[in-house]
Amino acid sequence: MATKSLHKRESDLANSNRQLEILSNGIFQNGELPTFKNKIAETNQFPLKAKKLEILQINVGYMCNQVCEHCHVDAGPDRKEIMTRETMQQCLDVIKNTGAHTLDLTGGAPEMNPNFRWFVEEASKAGIKDFIVRSNLTIIRANKKYYDLPEFFKKHNVHVVSSMPHWTRGKTDKQRGDGVFDKSIKALQELNAVGYGMPESNLRLDLVYNPSGAFLPGDQASMEKDFKKALKEDFNIRFHNLFAITNLPISRFLDYLIASENYEDYMYSLVEAYNPAAVGNVMCTNTLSVSWDGYLFDCDFNQMLELPVNSKVKHISEYNEAQLEGRNIVISQHCYGCTAGAGSSCQGVVA
Amino acid sequence: MQKTYYDPADLKKFGKISEWNQELGDKFFEYYGKVFEEGALTAREKSLIALAVSHTEQCPYCIDAYTKDGLQRGITKEEMMEALHVGAAIKSGATLVHGVQMMNKVNKLEM
Repeated sequence: MATKSLHKRESDLANSNRQLEILSNGIFQNGELPTFKNKIAETNQFPLKAKKLEILQINVGYMCNQVCEHCHVDAGPDRKEIMTRETMQQCLDVIKNTGAHTLDLTGGAPEMNPNFRWFVEEASKAGIKDFIVRSNLTIIRANKKYYDLPEFFKKHNVHVVSSMPHWTRGKTDKQRGDGVFDKSIKALQELNAVGYGMPESNLRLDLVYNPSGAFLPGDQASMEKDFKKALKEDFNIRFHNLFAITNLPISRFLDYLIASENYEDYMYSLVEAYNPAAVGNVMCTNTLSVSWDGYLFDCDFNQMLELPVNSKVKHISEYNEAQLEGRNIVISQHCYGCTAGAGSSCQGVVA
Repeated sequence: MQKTYYDPADLKKFGKISEWNQELGDKFFEYYGKVFEEGALTAREKSLIALAVSHTEQCPYCIDAYTKDGLQRGITKEEMMEALHVGAAIKSGATLVHGVQMMNKVNKLEM
């Protein structure tokens, strides 16, 4: 199990250009597999264009208490990129005026940003319909100063979305680190205790499932049924919905695919599972991703690959919704991850 | 001609069997797809049965396909191994139950 980020290890793959090179070479260069651009062109879906903004996703920093093997952010305790209060203020100015119905805070572990609580308090006043915080669960048990997070989330009516790769200890700890399963179970029980995830409760608690290996997620509805049954029977835990998310071949997951000699087979699986119906609803068409330093991207994955939005507006300080609408989305072969099977997004399946 | 009887890449070409007999190929794949749909048994249960039978049939393509299918469905390795033992128990039971035939024959022939 890795304990350091690719950045800290000074790995070749910490470099986004190197990742993009890998994604364009080999099987995609020699024509064995079609590029994403050519594939979507077959159904006249190129160029992919941004529609009306619905979801503003803000990455408040890459620092995390975990070092998950599959992390596309390459997050970890050694990452120091943290959003400043000044950038948060610029985001708040946008949040107050946006037409977006969903605000989605992510990281790293967003709670580790020293200004996280201030930001949540201010943002919750803006009256956004759905206010998501992506919490890794273990942070709630990581230190006394985080123990009251369930109450804090409740007070600000935050919608909690949490990662949980499996309902068994073995599979969970293998992907996310030793002890993660037990801490996550405890955190879920505490969220349940304040009302999160209970049937009929307005305090939304959703779980994210992503495969712990070089395979695609199964059917979201059946997985949800299995998760619900097992977590209820074994731990009396309740939650609302399960989002099945495909691992995209970038950053630490790409590193894993290459090291385990699964890269080509995985790309084949993604291309074979390509679903043109998912293309119309991929999240980049209704989402904007803001990085810790305020730059704008089509999605969190493009942020990590340092592929900026294709627009005059590049930074949250110069934000202009009308100008960003209709922009051409920046694509590469990693995009196959969002169009496989029933499709994949931060909100689960899309087709 | 390839040097080995089995090539993992051939699994991807399974669909090609229809090229030499479209009608029967189509009927087979339609039937195959239907069998694995959620029914009185869940798709998950069917996947485990398929995994066990893949082993008793000793079909490398099927083992490849249904191991991956199981992982995708969140089936644990403990569940997979238990399913295999069901297949193995029937295989060995099927061998040994014929022992009764052997015993009958011996008893008939011996004075």
